[in-house]
Amino acid sequence: MPTYRPGPVSLILAVLVALFLLMPLLAVIPVSLTPSRMLAMPNGELSLRHYRSLIEDPRWLQSILLSIRIGIVSSAISTVLALCFSLGVWMFQPRFTAALVGFVLLPMVVPPVVSAITLYFLLTSVSGFSSFFGYDTWLGVAMAHSVMTVPFATVLILVSLSQLDRRIDLAARGLGASVWERATRVIMPNIKFGIITAALLSFVLSWEEIGVTLFITSVNAITLPRLMWMGLRDNIDPAIAALSVILIIITVLVLAVRSVVTRQR
Amino acid sequence: MRGVLSDRMGAALLMAPLLLFLVLAYAWPFLGVVKWSFTLPTPGLGQYQALLTDDLVQSVFIRTLRIAAIVTVVSVAAAYAITVVWVRGSPAQRLVAEFCILVPFWISVLTRAFGWVALLSNRGLINTWLQSIGFISEPLALVRNEFGVIVGMTHFLIPFAVFPLASAMRSLDDRVLLAARGLGSSRMRTFWTVFVPMTRSGIIGSALIVFVFSLGFFVTPAILGGGRSVMIAELIYLRIFQSPDWGLGAAISVVLVLFVGALMALLFRYVRPKQLI
Repeated sequence: MPTYRPGPVSLILAVLVALFLLMPLLAVIPVSLTPSRMLAMPNGELSLRHYRSLIEDPRWLQSILLSIRIGIVSSAISTVLALCFSLGVWMFQPRFTAALVGFVLLPMVVPPVVSAITLYFLLTSVSGFSSFFGYDTWLGVAMAHSVMTVPFATVLILVSLSQLDRRIDLAARGLGASVWERATRVIMPNIKFGIITAALLSFVLSWEEIGVTLFITSVNAITLPRLMWMGLRDNIDPAIAALSVILIIITVLVLAVRSVVTRQR
Repeated sequence: MRGVLSDRMGAALLMAPLLLFLVLAYAWPFLGVVKWSFTLPTPGLGQYQALLTDDLVQSVFIRTLRIAAIVTVVSVAAAYAITVVWVRGSPAQRLVAEFCILVPFWISVLTRAFGWVALLSNRGLINTWLQSIGFISEPLALVRNEFGVIVGMTHFLIPFAVFPLASAMRSLDDRVLLAARGLGSSRMRTFWTVFVPMTRSGIIGSALIVFVFSLGFFVTPAILGGGRSVMIAELIYLRIFQSPDWGLGAAISVVLVLFVGALMALLFRYVRPKQLI
């Protein structure tokens, strides 16, 4: 059967857009290899000093470890909360479901800067009561990140629940399974990919979160994006280029593996 | 009767933790921000009056709307071009297009903004190259101005503009296009008079998403504008952290939320949510 394929003009325009999309990602490679202390193109001579400084400068390692810790905690919080909420919605279909889901999705649609000032208000208020949980603490950042990622986790879990056959649950119920058994032994095993995806996405979103983090941290809770931000605003540090190259390579590898896996299924 | 009661209890128990969490950690502090806008530094509507009279705030609002409009037109047009190939191309073309859309999509906003700094700054790739071939003697000012902000934001938002367009193009019936071609319409004419009108809902959806995102954009303008092309979000940041004027920062936030809310309401009147995914 003949299909409608893009013509030469479409292809040329698409290639231009593709080049535009890839250009800045490729541009960081030469910068990361510059021997200069400042942002510059390498002048004939290449150097790995900026990659070395990523390992040798303890600030980078500390912020990476902090970002991982915050990512794991906030991803756990948001996945558990989103899972319970979505199970409640799916199993009991309560009234006002649309309004409640809409409320949960708010942090995703409200402009990030407004969420940032809101969470700044929250954490500075909490700081009055507790010194390890509030403004500029890692627990405070983890909680703020959970607020920002929980809508995404909820959407993913609700979508995978919507593809589940209700009759499975009805059968379990008819055979006398309790709510707890239905949830943990019938429904959750069937949506485990959705749950895992939600947890991974929450982690990734927390790992690269900067808009909110900028408002709620100053000197103690320096996550990796926060450290990159500091290096970008003042004197541009080419170590950021080296770090960017590593992050880009990881992204490309993960996407390549994912596309191979989905093609095999 | 017992079943109904326990159903309600079960739903409440499962849904309560997240709802409680968001009420305490999001809704309550947002009301606190609203309160700031009416009480700091003095109680009353002073901050909202300032929004209407302050020249700086006005110029930032106008700049934000202008940049958002330009970015929306450019991003949707560019996204359209690559989505056509992603949805309708040969299998190999689709794979390449998907790669070019998804890799930038998953890379953090900071890395992408930094990539543009590496390309556009005075000692960046483009200026170094143009100078080395003798085309220019002084570096061009490509960054720390509105141009840099528009380029960086467009780059960030193209992948977001792609998804609604792709869903509109996927649901389009091939036979209509083949019929137009069979009746003697040229490629160009089929594209402009059949293909584009049939993807209208996708165009509206992606334009509104890009426009809404650009209004509240913070990171890219702050890095590529270099403090010279301040947009609303950066103005809020500056009012909170640099010239402490929390009331004004809060008032701008409230206006921004109301404006975005109105735009979203408009979006859902014209496009059903399902068409966006």
